[in-house]
Amino acid sequence: MNFIALKMLTGDRAKYLGLIFTIAFCTFLLENQTSIFAGILKRTGSQIADVTDAEIWVMDPKTEYFEQTKALKDTDLTRVRGVDGVQWAVKLFKGSPVARTADGKFAVSFCLGLDDASLTGAPRKMLLGSWQRLREPDSVVIDKAGYVLLYPGEPLELGRTLELNDHKVTIVGISDPPAPFLSFPVMHTRYSEAVNFVGHERTQLSYVLVKPQAGVKAEELCKRIEAQTGLRARTSEQFQWDCIRYYLKNTGIPVNFGITITIAVIVGVVVAGQTFYLFTVENLKQFGAIKAIGVTNWRLIGMILLQAFVVGLIGFSLGTGMAGQFFDFFSQKIPTRGLVLMWQSVALTGATIIFVMILASILSLRRVLVLEPAVVFRG
Amino acid sequence: MNTTTTAAVRARELRKDFGEGPTRIEVLRGVDFDALPGQLTFLVGPSGCGKTTLISVIAGLLDSSGGEVRLFDQNIERFSATERILFRRKNLGFVYQQYNLLPALTAAENAAVPLLAAGVRRRAAVDLAKSVLVKLGMGNRLDALPSKLSGGEQQRVALARALVHEPRLILCDEPTAALDHATGESVMELLAENAVHPKTAVIVVTHDTRVFHHADAIAHMDDGRIVKTESRHRNEIEIPEFEDAIPMLA
Repeated sequence: MNFIALKMLTGDRAKYLGLIFTIAFCTFLLENQTSIFAGILKRTGSQIADVTDAEIWVMDPKTEYFEQTKALKDTDLTRVRGVDGVQWAVKLFKGSPVARTADGKFAVSFCLGLDDASLTGAPRKMLLGSWQRLREPDSVVIDKAGYVLLYPGEPLELGRTLELNDHKVTIVGISDPPAPFLSFPVMHTRYSEAVNFVGHERTQLSYVLVKPQAGVKAEELCKRIEAQTGLRARTSEQFQWDCIRYYLKNTGIPVNFGITITIAVIVGVVVAGQTFYLFTVENLKQFGAIKAIGVTNWRLIGMILLQAFVVGLIGFSLGTGMAGQFFDFFSQKIPTRGLVLMWQSVALTGATIIFVMILASILSLRRVLVLEPAVVFRG
Repeated sequence: MNTTTTAAVRARELRKDFGEGPTRIEVLRGVDFDALPGQLTFLVGPSGCGKTTLISVIAGLLDSSGGEVRLFDQNIERFSATERILFRRKNLGFVYQQYNLLPALTAAENAAVPLLAAGVRRRAAVDLAKSVLVKLGMGNRLDALPSKLSGGEQQRVALARALVHEPRLILCDEPTAALDHATGESVMELLAENAVHPKTAVIVVTHDTRVFHHADAIAHMDDGRIVKTESRHRNEIEIPEFEDAIPMLA
């Protein structure tokens, strides 16, 4: 009987294709929006994730997310180093100087000042040049997106000079770090250089990066640092989630994406569900004939669930393929780099499609199960 | 009526009501009806007299409101729902006025549906269905979809579907009503030749007087009761007159 169910399904080509494309579109929209949403939120902590050599970030107790910094005192670094279990602790500066090219093009940049001695936090993925060259005076490493923004249409080239808040610097490397939340050029330089670009303030230490000693858990060390210094200490992962939570709570991003995702679910449920329901209702006479011949209700349930499973699976596969192609194309583009089809989105969408098809099947089944097979005798 | 042969269908004081209270309608008002194996029994009468309801109750598709109906000496109303379905699958074949073929299946696949429902493997079921269709003169239309078949061809496919699993009782509801005279005659001839066997009973609900000469027995129904029964050799049946009967073509 399975083959009869499948033939009934594919026999009405227009409805069959309509169902598949509705589910495919719903799948595409859900996977697309949830992946972009997650990708954008992930960007809020991308600079944290990019620092792989330190495990703990120490900051002012009031700091809620990466962009929001209140400078620490230089002595705080020494206090952190004095906590039991700290293998090493180094300074990190974060500022936003204006970068200006020789031909006058300018942009606010995202400048990270790395510990002069260790260069902890330097970009590990270099496209051109070397992060070790940051030891040279007045040198910066710029990210590719920033370079393209400042030098549109020009090939990647080292040795070019630009001004950071009127300080002339030379590009010694071009990196490819994860995209930041804001589309600013990302500059890496030494701490001692960076503080000069931004101008002198009483305190300038943005973060202290800490590496725990072997055998000391990062979470445990965070608690010790907080207890002994009164500062806030978070593991890299905790800090990334802090950023995500901050943006979720304080921006319109979740509302906007939530609306689109809700619409996609409603469209999926209403259109795919209703089309499948109507498909079954229009075939009621056929189901009645099969029922009269002696097919049990359980077999009919199996047939309808098989039909739902097949259209759901094909539609979901097509939609996932479309979403995969979408991200494959747009992940090559600078503004959308790093946005990928996340497996969590695929799993969530798959669960939604299963829910939609089960709901549609239940509604359809109700009509089929209460159907009197005697209906077949009515002309 | 032959009383020495065990009846395929025996209904006594059979009643069927629809609705309750003031809206209750008595459709069957104490029907006594027999159909014997080896005979083509016509159930005739004007529209609305309860013919279709009677065969629906006989087939176990509707429950009666009173009285008793026995199929091959078994009261199927005492069966569980599943037992009734299994009984129907094994013992009953149906031919409908509107054919009720599955539009996505070929003629051979449509004819094979009862076998597939019984769990026969697809290839074996379709092969067997093809052999039945060939007997019914449909050898050159085995792979055609219903939409590509004429009314007469569709009814022959429906007939093949009713015969393919060799049921003991075949119920036909107005099988010629949607067909012209020649085609209807041809379908009835095929039904009489292929369906009627010593162990098989065929009941045909009709008020198409043009095909009455095929009957071995005729039960006349009116207002929810069997009002007259005739049993004789085919072609000797008296043609009754109904107000809405299909007129004999000259």
